[in-house]
Order: sequence, then structure tokens, then C-alpha cells
Amino acid sequence: MFLYVLKRLAEMVPVLLLVVIATFFLAHAVPGGPFDKERPLPPEVKLRLEAYYGLDQPLVIQLKNYIKNLLQGDLGPSLKYPGWTVNEIIGSRIPVSVTLGTVSIILAVLIGIPVGVLASSYPNSSLDRVPMGFALLGVCLPAFVLGPILSLVFSKTFGWLPPCGWGSPIHLVLPALTLGLITAAPLARLTRGELLEVGQLDYIRTAKAKGISPFRVRFIHVLRNGILPVVTYLGPATAALVSGTFVVESLFDVPGLGRLFVTAIINRDITLILGTTLIYAVALLVLNLMADLIKAALDPRLLRKNS
Amino acid sequence: MSELTLDTPAPATLWQRFTRKSLPLIALSFLVILATVCFLSPWISPYDYKSQNLLLGPTSPSADHWFGTDLLGRDLLSRVLQGGLISITVGLIATLVALFVGVIYGIAAAELGGRFEDFSMRVIDIISTLPLTLIVVLCTVVFGQNIWLIFLAVGGVSWLTMARIICTKTRQLKSRQFVDASVALGQSRLGIIFNHYLPNLSGTIAVYATLTIPNVLMLEAFVSFLGLGVKAPMTSWGLLIKEGTDVMEQCPWLLIIPATTFALSLLSLSYLGDGLRDAFDPRSNKN
Repeated sequence: MFLYVLKRLAEMVPVLLLVVIATFFLAHAVPGGPFDKERPLPPEVKLRLEAYYGLDQPLVIQLKNYIKNLLQGDLGPSLKYPGWTVNEIIGSRIPVSVTLGTVSIILAVLIGIPVGVLASSYPNSSLDRVPMGFALLGVCLPAFVLGPILSLVFSKTFGWLPPCGWGSPIHLVLPALTLGLITAAPLARLTRGELLEVGQLDYIRTAKAKGISPFRVRFIHVLRNGILPVVTYLGPATAALVSGTFVVESLFDVPGLGRLFVTAIINRDITLILGTTLIYAVALLVLNLMADLIKAALDPRLLRKNS
Repeated sequence: MSELTLDTPAPATLWQRFTRKSLPLIALSFLVILATVCFLSPWISPYDYKSQNLLLGPTSPSADHWFGTDLLGRDLLSRVLQGGLISITVGLIATLVALFVGVIYGIAAAELGGRFEDFSMRVIDIISTLPLTLIVVLCTVVFGQNIWLIFLAVGGVSWLTMARIICTKTRQLKSRQFVDASVALGQSRLGIIFNHYLPNLSGTIAVYATLTIPNVLMLEAFVSFLGLGVKAPMTSWGLLIKEGTDVMEQCPWLLIIPATTFALSLLSLSYLGDGLRDAFDPRSNKN
């Protein structure tokens, strides 16, 4: 078990390195540089700026320097916000996105999985059809439609919640609800489908034939196997949420990583693009590993096959 | 000696199995009608989608303008049809690109097998670690706001899941006895791919295609939200919805009508996908 985790962690290093290299060249492939403004800088100033940030050197040398600094945990200076390092900028945004992302995913799990379990327990009844109808609707609505509607209802009409902003727990409700509902919808559909499929298997029939109570069969026998694909789905979904979501952050004026990333691309702030991409990649790899560990705890056979 | 007769009915054809349930059929009809109307819109739409009528301004749905007019007095029905033309085309093109790349990559990886397969799948893992936003925004910046090139690129990123699924399925087919028999009979590799793999994969491909179109439409909406999609006065469903959310309090119909059209199309695609899956795989027809 310990060895398996160690092995998986070691495998992440080359993947992250390749992600850095790919993003580096992608970011440099974008035409226009960070110092191109509406009013062009005098050429000598631009040259000096580029020399200061090392942008005048060949790409391979720049990449080598970047990786060297990265190994010491230094993501470099921001090209667009003078005087700020990428570490400082990202560091100030991470708590925001992680808080919002964690609350959203907990909300999604608390809504999506019970709804899916309930629907699969009474297939084709109204307990199945009504919530699944809403889930299907949730899959079909973009976040930038659901967000404004929730805001219109809870903030404008009833005045219960602030329409936007960040700072107190009450500001968290609307963005977390939007993200939570959008994520809960596919989660409920997936849970229902998987549980119905597992419910058809022979060992469930055996369990029922042995006279085990339906409640126990449903929650111990079916759920334990049926939940595995749901856990697989939750890995990347959580990574996407905790590393920032552009749409919801802009709708509710949340200072998170998602907006930072898109502004960095539009500004050609190469070091900031690399930094945010790296954060996302690390989140994705770590959460996938966590999902695999949870699956191994639920079904120990999976671990034996891998190691 | 009397003739032995087997009185089993002929197995249901794909179409018969598909039409057994009404919902997928309704979804298919809705999509076909919607797509036809959208594609004929340059000839049949009641007004020009980009001609403004500033004196009229925004009006709610009426006999003259069934879906109302937008802030610049443009007829919303004509704009929804024009937007549909763009969105549907984009969805189809990007999905075709994704299928083409995904199927070839997936089959090649599974057929060559071994180290090559491991390597190919690892490449996919790495590409899916890159944020999609970066690639899409990059394409818009490099190619300019040219919708066709952008969505060729969107299709080019959406093939990852397809390649994974096809690879797994092909690997399962590869170990089946009829494939072994075919190899023993001297069938060439390409022959096996075209005679055995592709027909057996067609169900998976069809189902996944109907599931990719909604993703592409969502992505188009996202790009429009960023302001990097089609340029005004041209429009798309994503852009119409985005414009609608900006004025949802004063002119709710500008959000409700495009959003409903969009949601209904996605809903229909989802039902169509379910129907196709059941038709292709009779065993999944349990509940």
C-alpha cells in the first residue's frame, strides 16, 4: 500500500515535467508578448524589459532556467504585475478557490449521490422520474444560465443573499450552490445507472435469496460496488472545482484561480499561465490518486491487480 | 420424415429496436425538424437576422415577432434560427473531427498493442492534464476569431475520451475467437479492422457521437461567454444565451427562449443517445 502510493507519486514527476514543457511552448506560441500594449512601448524599453525577465534568450535556455527555479519552488516573477511573484499571486488565490471548490463538491456529493441511490431504489416510479428529470435539466443548463437565475431568485427577489463578492461565509452560498447543482446533476445520473447495473448481478440475487434485508442489500452489497465509477468521476471533477472555475468566479465576482488563469492567457503573462496550469495538473494527479486509493479501500482486488 | 420447422420470429432490426420506445423517437424527430428549419433559415426566416430596428427596440413576443425582438429591434426568431445554424454546424464538425481522430488513434493503439498501447494511453493522460481553456483560448488567439478553425481545434481536443473508449473496446474484440479465426484464415490487418472491428464498434461510436455534440455545444457557449466566439452581428446559441443573461430582468424572453431551445436540443441528444445504446446493445435493455 505504502509502496503503491510511493510509486504513483514518483510517476507524477515525469508527467508534470512534460506538462510544464508542453505548456511552456504553447504559451510561447501565442503571438504577441506581455509588453505589447495599446500604446506601444519605446523599443529600447521593451528590449530592456525582455532582457530583465530573460525573454531575449533562446527558448530552450529559458525553459532550462524555469525548470531550475521550479525545482526550488520558485514560479518566477509575474510579467504583467510588476513587483509580484507568481507564488504570491497564486498563493493569495488558492484559499479562495479551494474553499469554494471544497464546499461545492461536498454539496454535489450530498445532493447527487442520495438522489441517485433513491432513484435506483424505486426505478420508474415518481421518486425516480421527478428527480432524474431535474438532473437531466441540470446537465443541459450552462453554469452561466443557472448562476444568474439563482441570483435573481435568492438575491434580487427575496434579498436573502448578497448577489456577489467575497469575504464572509454568506458570500459562499450562491457560487457554491451553482457549482454544486451543476456537478450534482451528472453525479446523480451516473450513480443511478451504475447502481441499477450492479443490482442485476448474480451475487445480489444470491444475497436477496439468503434473506438479507433489502435495506442491507441496497446499502452494503450494491452501493459498495456500484459507487466505484462514481469515485472515478469525482477525481477530475473535484480537481476542476478546487483549481478554479472561470464562469462562476466571474458571475459572482469571486477572486479565484479560474479568473486569474484566463486573464493570464489574455495578458500573455507566461509565468502566470505556467504557474496556474501546474497547480491544476498537480490537483488533478493528486485527486486521481486519492480516488484510486478510495476505490482500493472499497475493493481491495483493484490494488492487487496494480502492484 | 417430416420437415423440422423453427418458428422463431426474425430478430428485430436495429430500427425496430430503436422505435420500440417513444421518447428517443420523439427526440430524433425534434432534432431533425429543428436542424432542417435552422438550415433552411436563410430562405424561410421571417426577418433578416442582422437588420436592426432601433425605433422598435426590445419588444416581448407578439404576432409580428413570435419570439419578440432584442435590444436593437432584431427579430429573435430569426436570430435563434441563425444561431442554431452556426451551433449545429459547429457541433457536427467538431464531433466528426473528434470521432475521426479518436477512432483511428484508439484502434491503432489497441491493434499494435503492448508497449505502443501503454505509450499512447500515457500520451492521452498527459494531454488531458492540460487545461482545455488554454488550448481553446490559444486557438482563438492564433487563428483569430475564425469559428471554423476554432472548432476544428475543439474537435481536436474532444477526441481523448473517444480514443480511450475505442482502445478498450478494440482490445476486448481482439481476444474474441472470430478475430482469431479470421487471422488464421489469412485476413490482413486492415481487413480485420474494416470487416470486424469497425462494424462491432459502430454502436459505441454512434452512442459516443450523440454524447459529444452536447459537450461541444457547451464549449461553444463557454467560448461565447469569454467573448471569444463568433463575432457580432453573426450569432450562435451560446452568444444569444450570454446576451440574454445580461438583460434577464428587463427582457426575460431574450434569455428564456434561446436557453430553452438550447436545453431542449441537449435533452433530445441525451434521449437519442440512450435510445441508440439500447438499440445497439439489446442486453442493456433491462429496465
